[in-house]
Amino acid sequence: MLLNPLQTFVMVLAIALGSVLTRFTPFFLFPQKKDPPKLITYLGRSLPPAMMGLLVVYCLEGVSVTASPHGIPELIAILVIIAVHMWKNNVLISIGGGTIVYMILVQSVFS
Amino acid sequence: MDNKKIFKKALYTAFPNTIPVLTGFLVLGTAYGVLMLKSGYGTLWSVMMSALAFCGSMQFVAITLLTTVFNPIQAFMLSIMVNARHLFYGLAMLEKYRGLGKARFFLIYTLCDETFSISSSIALPEDVDRKYFYLSISLLNYLYWVLGTFIGSILGRFITFNTKGLDFVLTALFVVLFLEQLKKKENRISGIIGVVAAAAALLVFGTGNMVIPAMIIILLILLVGREKICC
Repeated sequence: MLLNPLQTFVMVLAIALGSVLTRFTPFFLFPQKKDPPKLITYLGRSLPPAMMGLLVVYCLEGVSVTASPHGIPELIAILVIIAVHMWKNNVLISIGGGTIVYMILVQSVFS
Repeated sequence: MDNKKIFKKALYTAFPNTIPVLTGFLVLGTAYGVLMLKSGYGTLWSVMMSALAFCGSMQFVAITLLTTVFNPIQAFMLSIMVNARHLFYGLAMLEKYRGLGKARFFLIYTLCDETFSISSSIALPEDVDRKYFYLSISLLNYLYWVLGTFIGSILGRFITFNTKGLDFVLTALFVVLFLEQLKKKENRISGIIGVVAAAAALLVFGTGNMVIPAMIIILLILLVGREKICC
């Protein structure tokens, strides 16, 4: 079933409004003219590493450990990324290397 | 230097940082355009959605909503829930986006996972303008997504190159930027809290429901442990 153009447009706006709201709320609550409360400054500084950790897990949430290939390609690729990053310390090489390893694994080894 | 030159310099400096996003967004944006096409929505709709809503995962969820009974309230609520993590990105970027004039509106409007990751993890190069550097990262990432969607909705049906696994580039980006964060000693506790909280939330609440519980756990631990975590 398809929505009519007006309905579709309203849906686009509803979804956009939801995401805009989540993006603007913090900036609206703590306007730049005033210094935010200390607690908020603390959260602003301590949140990024935690949120990056959350994002990594969030990206992997669809990976099944019980069904084949048991998340092995993901595990190997991430270990490669960590190793390459410690060795070369270059963001692009680590990301590129890990992605290529992952593609080879899912396309030929575990296909 | 005039503004144009400053912007150009910032753009050149920012671009390499966004290459993984270029790759990932072209692949995922294309996938999105193709899926929308399969559901009966052409270029106009998918590009409009990408340009106005600009929220990757929610856009994929929304494809289902566009092919069922018309319910914008439900779509709005779901969009808030799926996008709730932006609340924390905003808190984290309050300082960095402070006093940037009109550019600030665009920076906030387009603050996504990838832009947050790069702009919060990569140190601002010394001789590069702060406003134009962040603006470049946000603008490039935004354009990649809209462009990917456009390509997918037009050429998607003809693409035969085996891209299986290429979308892992975004996971790799997050892993590497996470490692970059962990280089600083004072970030490590918070990083571990994030991973453990997310894993716990995933185990308890399952796939598709983990983000908000994980955010609450992170917030609680950061608040309770404030004295010890510090920074």
